Amino acid sequence: MNSPIRRISAGCLLLCVALLINVTYVQAFWADELNARSENRRVLLDEYSRERGPILLADDTPIAQSVPSDDEYQFLRQYPQGPMYAPLTGYYSYFYGRTALERAQNDILSGDDDRLFVRRLIDLVTGEEPRGGAVRLTIDPAAQQAAYEGLEGYKGAVVAIDVETGAILAAVSTPSYGPNAMASHSIEEQQATREALEADPDKPDLNRAFAQRLPPGSVFKLVTAAAALESGDFAADTEVPGPAEYDVPLSTNVLRNQNQQACADGTPTLTEALRVSCNTAFAYLGNEVGEDALREQAERFGFGTQPLTNDDMNAATSVFPSELDEALTSYASIGQYDVSATPLQMAMVSAAIANGGVLMEPYLVHSVRGPDLVSPIAQTEPEERTRAVSPETAEQLTEMMVDVVENGTGENAQIDGIQVAGKTGTAQTGREEDPPYAWFTSFAPADEPRVAVAVVIEEAPDTARDDIGGGRLAAPIARDVMEAVLGS
Amino acid sequence: MTLDRARARLEPPAAESIVPRRGRGTELILLVFAIGIATFAYINVDLGALGRVPPNALAYLGGLAVATGIAHVVIRIRAPYADPVILPIVVTLCGLGLAMIHRIDLAKDTTHATVQLTWMAVGVGLFVLVLIFVRDHRVLSRLPYLAGLAGLLLLVLPLLPLIGHSVRGARIWINIGGMTFQPGEAAKIILIIAFAAYLVQTRDALALAGRRILGVDLPRARDLGPILVVWLGALGILVVQNDLGPSVLLFGIFVLMIYVATERISWIILGLLLIVAGGLAANAVVSHVQDRVDFWLDPFIDPTGQIAQSLYGLAYGGLLGTGLGQGRPELTPISESDFIGSALGEELGLTGLIAIILLYALLASRGLRAGLLLRDPFGKLLAAGLAAGFLLQVFIVLGGVTKLIPLTGLTTPFLSLGGSSLVMNWVLVALLIRLSDAARRPVPPSSDSSPTAETAVTQVVRIR
Repeated sequence: MNSPIRRISAGCLLLCVALLINVTYVQAFWADELNARSENRRVLLDEYSRERGPILLADDTPIAQSVPSDDEYQFLRQYPQGPMYAPLTGYYSYFYGRTALERAQNDILSGDDDRLFVRRLIDLVTGEEPRGGAVRLTIDPAAQQAAYEGLEGYKGAVVAIDVETGAILAAVSTPSYGPNAMASHSIEEQQATREALEADPDKPDLNRAFAQRLPPGSVFKLVTAAAALESGDFAADTEVPGPAEYDVPLSTNVLRNQNQQACADGTPTLTEALRVSCNTAFAYLGNEVGEDALREQAERFGFGTQPLTNDDMNAATSVFPSELDEALTSYASIGQYDVSATPLQMAMVSAAIANGGVLMEPYLVHSVRGPDLVSPIAQTEPEERTRAVSPETAEQLTEMMVDVVENGTGENAQIDGIQVAGKTGTAQTGREEDPPYAWFTSFAPADEPRVAVAVVIEEAPDTARDDIGGGRLAAPIARDVMEAVLGS
Repeated sequence: MTLDRARARLEPPAAESIVPRRGRGTELILLVFAIGIATFAYINVDLGALGRVPPNALAYLGGLAVATGIAHVVIRIRAPYADPVILPIVVTLCGLGLAMIHRIDLAKDTTHATVQLTWMAVGVGLFVLVLIFVRDHRVLSRLPYLAGLAGLLLLVLPLLPLIGHSVRGARIWINIGGMTFQPGEAAKIILIIAFAAYLVQTRDALALAGRRILGVDLPRARDLGPILVVWLGALGILVVQNDLGPSVLLFGIFVLMIYVATERISWIILGLLLIVAGGLAANAVVSHVQDRVDFWLDPFIDPTGQIAQSLYGLAYGGLLGTGLGQGRPELTPISESDFIGSALGEELGLTGLIAIILLYALLASRGLRAGLLLRDPFGKLLAAGLAAGFLLQVFIVLGGVTKLIPLTGLTTPFLSLGGSSLVMNWVLVALLIRLSDAARRPVPPSSDSSPTAETAVTQVVRIR
């Protein structure tokens, strides 16, 4: 009977080897995939048992932080200022995942980032509870506050940029939402909030500052003017035709000025044309420099490529359409037809002009710190993105924009004692029943620029349709934001 | 190879003049290690989960030491030549199981560990009783049919009204005066004994060849009776009691034992065919079995289900584990019993789980080794059946919770929460100790020259 017992022993050995191979496969090779599965509660609970790092403003005020909680999750994510910063922070929900900076900076905030490796190792040895690192933003709380208050009651967005560095000083989108409810530990509350967000026609969880493209209308005339000046054929004082009506080439359509009248006796200078936002003059200019030159100029300001790639905020790429004929070029020159831009993009246009023609890469994250919230891990270095226009062109555009604020459509942006440069826009939505979009883009001080601000108002429910215009609605908000930055 | 030659190879010719190593000292040292591991694991659980040393750590250590000490002393007196590795392995496994049950107690706010510790005391008590009353394992072979009947009776006990009841769909429990017990656990050991006794009596007939097909000697049709009876019995358990594990295990053990008894591979082939046939039939008819297969093929059709959670736990543990008290084994359903293997894999990691599997392998190998060394066919068969059956159970349950094979409900020996399982496994170990003692006991010099029943039987087999 010994030989069958030996064979059975060998069989038992085989069974054991099969078990050993299988558990090795599961725990050593399959484990990463299993741990990454979204419904795996262990990993989620693990994440919640670690103190997630805060998101801080430029003055170190937290706009997202974790506080201890008494339930099975050990920490609760809180957003002390809620809706004002919701488009930036996003939310941290165990049921719906993470959005915006909570998503983009997750590795640092959760403490998983490789740059925190040594810290984790020290924690392991000393028995410290592991914590996440802190993310400090470039956001200026005063500017954000001014923008948020200015947009109250409107559907719209504001972006403010430090013209020398590209640091984003304010990014507001309204209406916004309360991210605290999404980070709640009650799954019912998360679900109810999410359903309400999805049902809301105003899309409160859309970040209009970075992700909403709209026709820029007359603020795009800055790009057309830049293309004209860069072509060398035009200067700020060059006289151009500015009749009441412009016969659109290849078409029976007629393009009119806002007030149905000719600009400056029909032959305004470039400066005068910008001052009164003369549609016919810019349609003419656009066709003079041509579609390709316009597109190239737009792209040097940032159209056609995604901004904020470093901070991964799902920013939208602004568009200057391809394959235009002369007729469409006329409309594109004044920011209509398929031209569309985000508020961030229009702020970048102003910022590039203000910065002597050099467009800086916009960024949101000022620096990253260790879990002690003090020790620096990394700091964003300002980076040149493109040279949008020559310094001479930038200087001429600046003078023209100052003229707009001092004598033209942008008077509501004036600040006592400080020269402001700006451009208004009132863009048709393409739908007769909808009111136009009110735009304003600007920078200050004009002689030594520091901050560029773009404002868009999509809807202003309590305002009469005829009163909607960049100068009337948007310019005062830009002024307040610039004052807030310059005052601090 | 004849047994005489085998013995000659294992023992040097001068064996009679040398006092054989009994290994009791080795056993004592290993037991100290085992108790150390168990106590350390117990303390570690509280340190990991609550950050403090458990207040009853000393009492726990004391209780474990006393129970183990009693078992050791009884072995010294009643089975002095027993394999010294068996008891330390069992104590280590019991200690790890207790620590993990205590750990899940902390998470679920239950007090199962205390109950389990009580059952362990009962188990040690039965262990002692077996060693005292079964002085020679051969007495167990006297009443094969009575033992078989008793085993079957125990199996069907849960089907009786009033005392029988179902847990999670399986009707394998009886409840007497508030105490629940799985008679199937006792039936398993009694049936192995009955199989061994029956097969020793009938193996000559079973070994007779019928037709030879494809190079395999098939048994005669009239000898197929026993295997078919057990096969039908196993299917019966599956259908009536709705429990896959015991039926697969029981039939598997029987096939292994019939193979050992007859040395004919055809029985294994026949057994495998019957397992496949039974499995296919069960899969087609019993929805419970279909579910198990579906969950085996894709555990994530229900991400909150047992297998998915078990795999998440194992993955969460990874190579080194989360550390005792620091994982989340409570998320895996019934992690204190059927899934305790994955709970240990979560907190002790791949490393710990490999160690546990190796402990089981070592324990089974010691039983099989006793089978090789034993001189009487009943003892050989019993040792092989107990040891291989033990390992088969480990394979079925651990393979089930780690998605190697479809899940079938079985306890993990010595680790799982459950009195009947723990107690009966202590009895099983007592039998293995008894068998290994008989195997390692030096042969009286006179027995070599006189022909024994064993050599005669061996010759019958060789003549054929």
